[in-house]
Amino acid sequence: MTNSFGEFAHAKMFLVIGSNMTEAHPVAATFLKNAVMDGAKLILVDPRKQPLADFATIHAPIRVGSDIAFINGLMNVLITEDLYDRDFVEKSCEGFDELKSKVMEYTPEKASEISGIPADRIREIARTLASVKPVMCCYTLGITEHTCGRNNVLSVANLQMLLGNMGLESGGVNPLRGQNNVQGACDMGALPNVFPGYQQVANADARAKFEKAWGVEKLPEKPGLMIPQMMEGLVDGKVKALWIFGENLANTEPDIRKVEHELASAEFLVCNDIFPTETTRFAHVVFPAAAWSEDDGTFTSSERRVSRVRKVSTPPGQSRPNWWIFKEIAKRMGHEWASGSGPELWDNEVSVLAPAMAGIKYRRIEQDGLQWPCPNEEHPGTPVLHKGGVFTSGKGRLTPVDWTPPAEVPDAEYPFVLSTGRRLYHYHTRTQTGRSGLNYLLPEETADMSPEDALALGIKHNEVVRVRSRRGEVKVKANVTEQVPKGMVWMAFHFREGNANWLTNAVFDPFTQTAEYKACAVAVEKI
Amino acid sequence: MDGYVLTLNGKQVAFQPGQTILEVAADNGITIPTLCHLKGCTPTGACRICLVEVTGARSLMASCSTPAEKGMTVDTESERVHRTRKLTTEFLLASGRHNCITCERSGACTLQDLAYKYGIDKLRFENTPQPFENEDMNPFIIRDYSRCILCGRCVQACQEVQVNRAITFGYRGPHAKIVAGPDVRYDQSECVFCGQCMQACPVGALVEKKAKFTGRAKELEKVRTTCPYCGVGCQLMLHVKEGKITKVTGVEEGSPNKGRLCVKGRFGYDFIYSGDRLKTPLIREKNGEFREASWDEALDLVANKLKEIIRKDGPDAIAGVSCARSINEDSYQMQKLFRAAIGTNNIDHCART
Repeated sequence: MTNSFGEFAHAKMFLVIGSNMTEAHPVAATFLKNAVMDGAKLILVDPRKQPLADFATIHAPIRVGSDIAFINGLMNVLITEDLYDRDFVEKSCEGFDELKSKVMEYTPEKASEISGIPADRIREIARTLASVKPVMCCYTLGITEHTCGRNNVLSVANLQMLLGNMGLESGGVNPLRGQNNVQGACDMGALPNVFPGYQQVANADARAKFEKAWGVEKLPEKPGLMIPQMMEGLVDGKVKALWIFGENLANTEPDIRKVEHELASAEFLVCNDIFPTETTRFAHVVFPAAAWSEDDGTFTSSERRVSRVRKVSTPPGQSRPNWWIFKEIAKRMGHEWASGSGPELWDNEVSVLAPAMAGIKYRRIEQDGLQWPCPNEEHPGTPVLHKGGVFTSGKGRLTPVDWTPPAEVPDAEYPFVLSTGRRLYHYHTRTQTGRSGLNYLLPEETADMSPEDALALGIKHNEVVRVRSRRGEVKVKANVTEQVPKGMVWMAFHFREGNANWLTNAVFDPFTQTAEYKACAVAVEKI
Repeated sequence: MDGYVLTLNGKQVAFQPGQTILEVAADNGITIPTLCHLKGCTPTGACRICLVEVTGARSLMASCSTPAEKGMTVDTESERVHRTRKLTTEFLLASGRHNCITCERSGACTLQDLAYKYGIDKLRFENTPQPFENEDMNPFIIRDYSRCILCGRCVQACQEVQVNRAITFGYRGPHAKIVAGPDVRYDQSECVFCGQCMQACPVGALVEKKAKFTGRAKELEKVRTTCPYCGVGCQLMLHVKEGKITKVTGVEEGSPNKGRLCVKGRFGYDFIYSGDRLKTPLIREKNGEFREASWDEALDLVANKLKEIIRKDGPDAIAGVSCARSINEDSYQMQKLFRAAIGTNNIDHCART
């Protein structure tokens, strides 16, 4: 997030796009609802009439995967009617002419044709967005989990720059991260192209710095593989060994049959986990690991805040901290590492090597955490990025993008769009929530569908139906709900039985390798 | 701010226009007892415990809902104030079952504190039992109406803080009770089990079911930590007895959540005690079955296999997926292992999903 949760309280207007906040980030949603109750406006862009729709000033139920056309349409109006922030664009952005010529192709009428939102509604939304400054934009995986996910993100950034909403309190572009430490895992360099603190592996100076710090002669310079490429590598033999730490890929990746074939193809599979999972079934060696509250460490939240995680008990049986397991393997490969605890790893290595986190030390985050960039030990942290319209690379780049449809769209055989997401009462594949009594509140998966479609198919609420895609099929109860528009089926991936990933399409954004979880084609059949 | 001064317990104090007497007192280190007041919410003035004496006013004033005014003279501890607060407390004690012997909130209960503060050792008024059954038909929240003082903090937590709009005041007069929807079970209502109502309850009327009889306030160590679920990073207070978490509350002034939690953060903590936990390294045998192994055996096996693959196929034939739920230090260590010891950048995690 460029901004912080604390700024929700003072926001004048929100643009929420592809974010089911009340279920996926419930506490963040409470602050948004408070602001709306105090008079802030909410423009909600979401195909479903999800819980925030009750609070929305305008709800635009765009068609699944039409985000770019819709946003280009908004920008067309902003430029045509001269409503954009000319001053901000001139001073802080580049690429306006290219953006302009692209969005001129997306008249409100054309955007309407693709998104399903009436042209005058698009004009009204553009004018509303331009009527107030700043507007705080929040998005989640509704933006990224498409084959055009990267372009969706660029579109959102284009819109917020055009409106001059960057670098201001209660403005910005704010992706809410789905997992407690997904921001931190990125920050730590658990990515194929960067060291900790986003220092490029392709950069010789960065490599030299880490070679010295880690006491090795040569670090690899070629960026590595992303998860989907690793999985395919298991089948074509390019990847012989895969080490999976705490992820249940067999349930979370698209097209479970394909994923399981890939996992079964591994010559050598190692897992660190706290429970046996559908994924550890394929392992050759399983290491039992310490869980949350059994080790001292830090998490980094969506707002770049590094906060303490404290140990209250020892891991059960022989299970050990994950960092210890990696250290022991390194030792057996000839590398003796000094740090022997989470605090030592952070204070002596991470904060020393990652300049943006140099000022964050354990003694400074005993109470509230600190938000990076925090370059020195006197620095108070940075709640708002790009203040004064200054971007990391100088000017903000306006990048024209074209709308592209999802890879698989409904047809006569598979007439429904399947879109997926998270539900309030569970988290991911339920390894945690399924063992905390939360099954009581949500015991099984359902296929959420509109009353109109249910009526046409003769399906009653709670009746078991078959949902089928080109990849597989599941039998689940139909949840007939006004939340879902006609033509859509909506499901989650919390349960093994009825998991949406038996159906989802393993196609990926070409840049980010993010899977298109939000759109594939399915058929629904009465049994 | 010239002239915004009032007299508080004999002292001249400055205040900001718009502040309530309660807020001015708090800014000046004077604690006025409250029951119904919930910070950040609309004052209701319902419980009458925060009454103070304002010179010239016809009656005592509720400090939570009375704005400070220039030249006001306020006494928060007069004899009349004490007498009235004591009487109000006695009335509250006379309605329902305020028996502390096995109450979960004993030692952390505002009503208990008030009874002690005002020296109530004999009940002057006849007790009126309340007629409602407990609402406890779910695994998480117990509402014990016999301990409810109808302060309304739970309703404010639900309506104004979380804006879940599940519970409200129902019925009228002596029949008044807090209800979910049209007085239905919580698990059949709009309730989303955030449990903010329990955190707001100043007495033992709303308690965590999983925590019942697992430890009382004085036995519990409080450990601050960060929630293991979504990416908001809510600050949790773990209430720990003998190394075991008994319940979780939100850290009241902590950023970013300011005391708020959702159903997963508040109730999803005890997976770590599941009997399903992996407790020993496992090695797969040729027959496909796992067998238990020592750390040395399992670590040696993995290190040797990795070295063999590096020798035969090069380091890029090895790939790793880190964990977006575990601590930063674990992800740091894993990417260091892959880059520095194995020699590949094939390290990723579910950053995109």
